[in-house]
Amino acid sequence: MLEKECPPAALRRAWANETGRVPGLWPKLCAMGVVGADAAAFSPLDLVLVLEETGRACVPEPVVGTFASGPGGGAAAATGLGLAVSPLVLYADSVERLVLEHEGGLWSLPPSRASLAPCPAVDGSRRLFEVSWDPGDAERLELDPRSVLDRAALAAAAQLCGTAQQLLDAAVAYAGQRHQFGQPIGAFQAVKHKLADVALRLEFARPVVYRAAWSMDPVHVSMAKAHASQAALLAARAALQVHGAMGYTVEHDLHMWLKRAWALAASWGDAAWHVQRVGEAVLRDRAAAPLDSPVSPGPGRLGTGR
Amino acid sequence: MDLTWTEEEEAFRAEARAWLEANVPRGLPSGDTAPGFALHREWERELFDARWAVVSWPREYGGREATLFEWLIFEEEYHRAGGPQRVTQNGIFLLAPTLFEFGTQEQKDSILPRMAAAEDLWCQGWSEPDAGSDLAAIKSMAVRDDSGAGWRLTGQKTWTTRGAFCTHLFGLFRTDPSAERHRGLTYFLVPLAAEGVTVRGFGRLDGDEGFAEVFLEDALVPEGAVLGEVDRGWEVAMDTAGSERELTLRSPGRFQATAARLVELWRERPDPGLRDEVVRAWMDAEAYQLHTLQTVTRLAGGGRAGPEASLTKLFWSELDVRLHETALRLLGPEAELDGPWSKGFQFALAGPIYAGTNEIQRNVVAERVLGLPRR
Ligand SMILES: Cc1cc2nc3c(=O)[nH]c(=O)nc-3n(C[C@H](O)[C@H](O)[C@H](O)COP(=O)(O)OP(=O)(O)OC[C@H]3O[C@@H](n4cnc5c(N)ncnc54)[C@H](O)[C@@H]3O)c2cc1C
Repeated sequence: MLEKECPPAALRRAWANETGRVPGLWPKLCAMGVVGADAAAFSPLDLVLVLEETGRACVPEPVVGTFASGPGGGAAAATGLGLAVSPLVLYADSVERLVLEHEGGLWSLPPSRASLAPCPAVDGSRRLFEVSWDPGDAERLELDPRSVLDRAALAAAAQLCGTAQQLLDAAVAYAGQRHQFGQPIGAFQAVKHKLADVALRLEFARPVVYRAAWSMDPVHVSMAKAHASQAALLAARAALQVHGAMGYTVEHDLHMWLKRAWALAASWGDAAWHVQRVGEAVLRDRAAAPLDSPVSPGPGRLGTGR
Repeated sequence: MDLTWTEEEEAFRAEARAWLEANVPRGLPSGDTAPGFALHREWERELFDARWAVVSWPREYGGREATLFEWLIFEEEYHRAGGPQRVTQNGIFLLAPTLFEFGTQEQKDSILPRMAAAEDLWCQGWSEPDAGSDLAAIKSMAVRDDSGAGWRLTGQKTWTTRGAFCTHLFGLFRTDPSAERHRGLTYFLVPLAAEGVTVRGFGRLDGDEGFAEVFLEDALVPEGAVLGEVDRGWEVAMDTAGSERELTLRSPGRFQATAARLVELWRERPDPGLRDEVVRAWMDAEAYQLHTLQTVTRLAGGGRAGPEASLTKLFWSELDVRLHETALRLLGPEAELDGPWSKGFQFALAGPIYAGTNEIQRNVVAERVLGLPRR
């Protein structure tokens, strides 16, 4: 569905249009149950692979915000989310409602009651806004900002895995096709090892993300976001280098994925922020015997998906 | 996906934990020295007598027919209890899986029980002076004995781990010099007591006599010393190499136990500048465990080890170096003292070299996992 409805050409158009989004894509995502009313029936574990695919296709839609303020958040309408750690609100002008943190609680209001100041982003499809609003105009939600943050960080981590995979695939394809010195550049060992390193970080980030989706334990989520952010940043760096100047032009599609990787890695807590949070749990109370601690539950079957 | 253990698995864990807590020996010297090796051999016998030496094997060979998950649980508990290195590892973890796959009934019946009981101790004879990463360059030869009594082996193996203390060697020998390099090799099982075999032990980086070179001069071995088909030894050997990388050699419990000790060390000497490094190393040990569970799930479902095994080898070997480097930085000026961390560090540095160097593994990942061109 995403290959058809959200190809690079559509993404490129989104960069230039008014909302930064792909017209008509949101209802289709809702119809699939990825987001929207039907998604409430699915657990994060059910959705993690789909979230990954939205990252692979670089989908420019309020997927993370809507997923994060999901079950228990009332009507699962397209949501722009603003939390203390990620204060700017994505697509605030084109979503149906805003969910915002204020004095330790979460509040909901329609965008029409807020005042929005656009903040141009490097990823041209990410329309970010600084939102000024009055809690008097908003409805208080029975949602814990920490659990919303965990859901946002998990969704971003899953998307980062997909984005990293796409960057790796693009670099592998280019390295097989571009010739210099009479051979494909992918036959040079310096290129091979760079891409092998990306495959390595990504391979070991994924199970951490899936475990977090299964448990939704905050420490597991932080490990997932940290691992996925690092893998995606490495993928972005390697993919650009392998493409040479071709990767350095906005005329090639690659740049849209690079910029998405940078943006997702920095939002909902970057790797350093999440490592800090894991450290609080591991180095203080919970790591007396890490093998026993809830941080490391006696694991069992870890499949890729359900 | 379901990350909860079953009741049987929990019971298995409890039994293993209780036995290990009561029996794991404290303060054994390195098994890579002659006196240390003898003590480790006694420990291996204790493990065998209590049926913990080879939990996943069939009962008739001394095992418990444990599932792969139970094997992982045992490994976790073994390292958690501070169990010592397994001097039997090259036999039970590397040769045995290949024997189960390629061995005749007679070979299995005669070799496996003695291996499990640490009566026979096996070392690995791949490398030669001129054949390291390029294993197919080996020159050691095997020719049929004129009398028809078996094969005559001639050549030299080197870097043979614990070769000076072992009783048997498995390795590759060239049986058809006219064939293409990877063809014409045969997998042999060689008693080191055979006439014509000389073993010389020598020191590794840490000074322990963990290495050996093995010289063979017309050493006679019987027909039954061939594992798999004659001239097809490469395929058989690659099976062992796959086990070594994929799973059996380095189970996650080992690194989680090291990570737990690193966390302890940080608490004793909380250096804020190294905090993130400690946490990241700990997180990587977790990632390795989760990845292993994913692999075990795949293998339990009938999957086979593939080139992805190279990713596993890269990850554990580099994780081990990172864990120890971080510990040494926490130790500061004491890092130069001979102790468990500096010893572990020296051993960790071998990880990126043995079992196929990490450069070779990155080539494999690039060419066979990602599909990049060979030339
Ligand atoms: C602690 C330890 C235990 C060991 N135990 C055993 C054992 O029990 N039995 C056994 O048979 N062997 C054993 N070995 C040997 C081990 O298998 C070899 O060291 C390994 O295969 C590498 O071979 P080499 O040392 O000859 O290095 P070389 O092959 O000479 O390599 C030297 C350097 O060149 C690099 N290089 C080589 N080829 C390439 C290439 N194509 N692309 C990029 N870089 C390349 C390597 O990565 C390495 O960095 C052990 C080694 C160690 C360190």
